Amino acid sequence: MTQDIVSSTIARHQGQEGPLLPILHELQHTLGYIPREALPQIAQALNLSRAEVHGVVSYYHHFRTEKPTAPVLQVCRAESCQAMGADRLWDHAQAHGGCQVEAVYCLGLCASSPAAMLGEEPLGRLTPEKLDEVLG
Amino acid sequence: MNRRLYVPEDSGALAVGADAVARAAEAAGAEVWRTSSRGLFWLEPLVEVDSAEGRVGYGPCTPADVAAIVAGTPDHPKALGPMDTLPYLQRQQRLTFARAGLTRPLSIADYEAHGGGAGLRAARAMAPEAIIQAIVDSGLRGRGGAAFPAGIKWRTVAQAAGELKYVVCNGDEGDSGTYADRMLLEGDPFLLIEGMAIAARAVGASRGYVYVRSEYPRSVEIFGRAIEVARAAGWLDGFDMEVRMGAGSYVCGEETAMLESLEGRRGVVRAKPPLPAIAGLFGRPTVINNLLTLAAVPTILAEGPAYYRDFGVGRSTGTMPFQLAGNLRFPGLVERAFGVTLRELLFDFGGGTASGRPVKAVQVGGPLGSYVPEEHWDVPLDYEAYAVVGAVLGHGGLVVHDDTADMARLARYAMAFCAQESCGKCTPCRIGSTRGVEVIDKLLAGDERQESLLRDLCDTMKHASLCAMGSMTPLPVLSALNHYPEDFRR
Ligand SMILES: Cc1cc2nc3c(=O)[nH]c(=O)nc-3n(C[C@H](O)[C@H](O)[C@H](O)COP(=O)(O)O)c2cc1C
Ligand code: SF4
Ligand code: FES
Repeated sequence: MTQDIVSSTIARHQGQEGPLLPILHELQHTLGYIPREALPQIAQALNLSRAEVHGVVSYYHHFRTEKPTAPVLQVCRAESCQAMGADRLWDHAQAHGGCQVEAVYCLGLCASSPAAMLGEEPLGRLTPEKLDEVLG
Repeated sequence: MNRRLYVPEDSGALAVGADAVARAAEAAGAEVWRTSSRGLFWLEPLVEVDSAEGRVGYGPCTPADVAAIVAGTPDHPKALGPMDTLPYLQRQQRLTFARAGLTRPLSIADYEAHGGGAGLRAARAMAPEAIIQAIVDSGLRGRGGAAFPAGIKWRTVAQAAGELKYVVCNGDEGDSGTYADRMLLEGDPFLLIEGMAIAARAVGASRGYVYVRSEYPRSVEIFGRAIEVARAAGWLDGFDMEVRMGAGSYVCGEETAMLESLEGRRGVVRAKPPLPAIAGLFGRPTVINNLLTLAAVPTILAEGPAYYRDFGVGRSTGTMPFQLAGNLRFPGLVERAFGVTLRELLFDFGGGTASGRPVKAVQVGGPLGSYVPEEHWDVPLDYEAYAVVGAVLGHGGLVVHDDTADMARLARYAMAFCAQESCGKCTPCRIGSTRGVEVIDKLLAGDERQESLLRDLCDTMKHASLCAMGSMTPLPVLSALNHYPEDFRR
């Protein structure tokens, strides 16, 4: 099953210039993560070494090779959000437990700081109370 | 006929509940048009309605406010009056953001009804060299940070040998405190497509890429759809383009690291030469410009270089979309000619802090920019004047901190950010930033001898780093130390 998804994803992008990142993005989008078992298959299809593909996956903060255990909440910890209470929000999100909390450095929502993103849903002017509401 | 309501669908509006407002409006029987955002984010969700005096606004709205707006209650508590009379908009000079809040992002008809497309039409009637000359004459400089003249870069690519050339748009917008690229990608995508098509014609490029950070998934999606619409409308004519997603690496905003990333490798900075203009993407001549640089191009072609150049001061010509962020009452996008002062932006527009406390420090130009103290708030925002006071404009972001900010902590954060995001290619940055964090920690633990060590370290980073990641991190660190020394002694 996973192997089929990997094959069809590779096939969709193989003709593009520089297909590696598009393939990794689509896999993570479809499966929620990039299974380690997929790396040799990708390497072979793109005529790269496994080490090269592994090197790319590990270089970029966005890519994950473990399946998330809960919905991913990216909490912005950059300066504008810091100035509006991001640290408090971060601690609160970690304590909540209903989501997998990840740090992110700016979501472009700085005029609505502090900000976060739940999956792909943008959240602004957050307070611990509002976060509880969103997370249920 | 049903009353029509305009409700933004910019991420900044969605983040504070615009979808729920739009649903409530539909439930109340209104016809809802989802537009871009005006960039007046403290008013979001902002709802607008047509009237004899132009669109009138209501905001910030909750779903509960909407029924009365649909019914046409004139003295609604959230009423703002005609949008064109709001001082926040009246005092701006919007060229790049002329359509912000007015149009539906994916409607070419809306785009053209509000002046879009005129630049490309003009360019198609011009020889490539004449287009380049217009950009040179406008004085347009790169909006990504280094402020290099765009026309000169284009001419280098046009003159470089090669059949296949590229235009790459840097939409990585890694700087915290900035969101103008995001607003354009989501809100006025055809403007960027038009700018890139003009650039392609000028330099003889047949392919284009727009590199957008993975933190902006909506931008990637909307822009991808906009490309399809433009292609179907026959806009691309001999040129094709694609949007590509970054993957959470700040240094991939550096142009050569971005090329590596587009080619499918780790985003490690390349040594220059060769310049990307000569040997860029896949070794081909490549124009790389910031998104706002390319988005300024259609106005220059449509209105003429002199029109654009007459905004601004000295060698900083045209307008800059300043992005107000952090602890402010009225954060938002303020497009003004260069030469406006920080004090005007902070108080006349930003309204002072959201917390009501005094402003302590303002970081201008992203995480690699200086903390600008009050003594410099009256310096005109132009590239040269800012260089004189040891600061930079960067991508035009400004982040405000009130008097509860701990500047030593912010300096430490800047070093730690560099350590985390360093691509590792050169030692002053890779090792220096990690050492820098340790030295700041010791300094804060009371060891005062560490201060001269920190200064030496910053000096090495500044002079020996391969790119601005390492060479500019000393700006926030040393500006914090120099202007707020009391925060480092405790
Ligand atoms: C660490 C680092 C990050 C950068 N991030 C960006 C960015 O996010 N967006 C951008 O346009 N330029 C960024 N730049 C500047 C680019 O290298 C380059 O100067 C710019 O894209 C050129 O376009 P312009 O001449 O239109 O400004 C960054 C530079 C460095 C050193
Ligand atoms: S300064 Fe830092 S980011 Fe730039 S090339 Fe050197 S190690 Fe890489
Ligand atoms: S700094 Fe948090 S969204 Fe930009």
